[in-house]
Amino acid sequence: MSEAPELIWMRSRDFRIGAFPATVVTEAGWAALARRLAEGSLTLLSLWAEDGGTAMALHDPAARRVAVARVKARKGTVPSVARLHPAAQRLERAAADLTGIGLTDAPDTRPWLDHGRWQIAHPLNKGEPHPGQAPYAFLPVEGESLHQVPVGPVHAGIIEPGHFRFTAQGETVVRLEARLGYVHKGIDRLMQGADLSRGAELAGRTSGDSTVAFAWAFAQAAEAALGIAIPPRAFRLRALMAELERLANHLGDIGAICNDAAFAMMLAQTSVLREDVLRAAKSVFGHRFMRDRIVPGGVTVDLDAAGERRLRDLLSLIRDRFPRLVELYDDTASLLDRTVGTGRLDPALAARFGAGGYVGRASGRDFDARRDLRYAPYDMLRIEVPVLHDGDVNARVLVRVREVEQSCALITQILNEMPEGPLQVAPETPGEPREGLGLVEGFRGDILVWLSLDAAARITRCHMRDPSWFQWPLLEAAIEGNIIADFPLCNKSFNCSYSGPDL
Amino acid sequence: MELIGNLVLQALQMIVVLALAPGLTGFVRKVKARLTRRQGAPVLQPYRDLWRLLQKEVVLAENASWLFRVSPYMIFAATWVAAALVPTFAIGLQFSWTADLIAIVALLGSARFFLALAGMDVGTSFGGIGASREMMIGAFAEPAMLLMVFTVALVAGSTQLSNVAAYLQSDAVGIRVSLGMALVALVIVALAENARIPVDNPATHLELTMVHEAMVLEYSGRHLAMIELAAMLKLLLYMALIGAIFVPFGIHAAGDGIVGLLKGVVYFLIKLAASAVLLATFETSIAKMRVFRVPDFLGAALMLGLLGTLLLFVSRSL
Repeated sequence: MSEAPELIWMRSRDFRIGAFPATVVTEAGWAALARRLAEGSLTLLSLWAEDGGTAMALHDPAARRVAVARVKARKGTVPSVARLHPAAQRLERAAADLTGIGLTDAPDTRPWLDHGRWQIAHPLNKGEPHPGQAPYAFLPVEGESLHQVPVGPVHAGIIEPGHFRFTAQGETVVRLEARLGYVHKGIDRLMQGADLSRGAELAGRTSGDSTVAFAWAFAQAAEAALGIAIPPRAFRLRALMAELERLANHLGDIGAICNDAAFAMMLAQTSVLREDVLRAAKSVFGHRFMRDRIVPGGVTVDLDAAGERRLRDLLSLIRDRFPRLVELYDDTASLLDRTVGTGRLDPALAARFGAGGYVGRASGRDFDARRDLRYAPYDMLRIEVPVLHDGDVNARVLVRVREVEQSCALITQILNEMPEGPLQVAPETPGEPREGLGLVEGFRGDILVWLSLDAAARITRCHMRDPSWFQWPLLEAAIEGNIIADFPLCNKSFNCSYSGPDL
Repeated sequence: MELIGNLVLQALQMIVVLALAPGLTGFVRKVKARLTRRQGAPVLQPYRDLWRLLQKEVVLAENASWLFRVSPYMIFAATWVAAALVPTFAIGLQFSWTADLIAIVALLGSARFFLALAGMDVGTSFGGIGASREMMIGAFAEPAMLLMVFTVALVAGSTQLSNVAAYLQSDAVGIRVSLGMALVALVIVALAENARIPVDNPATHLELTMVHEAMVLEYSGRHLAMIELAAMLKLLLYMALIGAIFVPFGIHAAGDGIVGLLKGVVYFLIKLAASAVLLATFETSIAKMRVFRVPDFLGAALMLGLLGTLLLFVSRSL
């Protein structure tokens, strides 16, 4: 058993202003890092395949620092991290699908993203024709009077596609296995060889409801790699858009969770507020979801006096209406009866998987990238991170309620201290290959972007890790022992992305 | 001549319930939409939906048996007959002597039986889930309904609806505690039987939470139209039943003449509208309960029915 290798650790403010030096480790060192992850002293931020090996981003929560370790493949294989640390499992399976890299002693070798319907196999390599694939084998379940309920990928409602295989005993769920990858768009391959502006477009189209956060994370990675300093006004505008996005999603989802318990009144009310936010975004930034407004180097839209007034009006509207809706939620006993105690996520599991966003914060994981891995302009803003420990549907709703209030407070702070100045600086070509890391708190949790650029600032590899990578497996754990009829409620309270992890 | 008149009146009743049922469902949906700040579909939308379904081809699962094809008509027929027996605007109709409360419960029970069988026939997991939940609900709802029937029958001295309505309309009954209990029990049973919130959600798209909808997921075309129409008739039936027993004002009795008849129709429409508004308001202000809470909810109806009956026995024998 070898000691964990020395890594080049970066503080959050350092890796956001300069290129990120990755540490190359040996196979033994890689395995030692996997053990550190398994024992919980490090948190896995992401794991991805690159040309000739794999890399993983690690977070040291105690010291608030981040490192990227990289291992070279020997005979096309690297040691599996998932063998020791289950959170890495799906990331490794996806890495194997994309590049064909072998994983020694991997606990699960089934494909993840590749459903056998791609024209080419291992798309990040040269792209040889796909040989076709054997049918997917779901995990076996044995026992008395068990029955399986397959749901999806096409659902009765208008939601994204995903297949859920329930094994139930009567109404009680014994095991849930999700199968995703139906909305794979080949973004990783499209990124290869793209220039930065095309890359920013692709990043903004990874997950429609988090387009601002993804574009920001991508821009952050690109700016760090190239060492560009962004004007302060651009930072503030980015944060403004990110908080509006968070506000819109939280408002919509709080209502949608209640609607899944057949309490339509809440959805009707919060939908109006969400629509108000989106319309304000349309009138102020020119796009309802603010897509393509953040680019490497700055932002493309400015905020004028009328826009500021519009946003302040929006805030006063939300501050007027939202508390009454929270009161309605708190006073509806039949609704609380559904949410309290349902779909409880064990805090130990949330910590082990490094669950971000409200999923983690409702299960006692006190982490918010805006506070713990600070980036501008949040280093100049007051932010409180709500943390609850119950881990049930109710806790996730309440965390989101608090975050709505937080976002309103943040928007006020941003508007109050909006510096004047330019919006954008032009990125320069570095003249040498560079790498950068972007880490942004989206509404679901921390979004990570790893970007490798060549000398002409073209993308050689771009890996984007949606927060849902670590939340989907937890949903499977949280539903165990609940009844099948409560799954939609639990699922909506997690509201994991399909498009983001399917890439 | 009198016989023909009575037959016409009876036929009228059968047509009225059939014609009004989709409108009632449309009205409930409209009120719910307005309560949740939506415009909502027109009240006449269910008629259009049914018409559209009737035009559409039927898609059958490969392993669907004859039972799957026959069930929609059985369900519709049983529900229609039951709905036609309940006094709506008039009592003392030609077939009133068959309008026995227990017969109505039995008719609805057989419709449920066929629906659950049809749900399981194709062998999809949702049909099975729906059927098992429906039978669980039925196992509690039917005894509760019967106990409610006994309470009413003990007060009115008859299980025949026409007689019950006529008796309760008269001044012979004052305010009775037992009847109050029976009313609450009937309302609870009606909510459960009609797959309304908090027991089931008629508007849900979530396959895993469905009860009634899960059983009919595989149906399409005219089969689905029959089942939908039967569900609408059932809603009207329960509303008419509550109206006939507990608010029996204005029901036309034999010999009231044409004015009494019109009065009966107007009163009936008012009662339907009022119960639709009440139903929509109730559904909007409450969340759906967890599946395993449904037995508690229906258990309350069962206990109320039982208490009502016991109270009557006790007060009589003493």
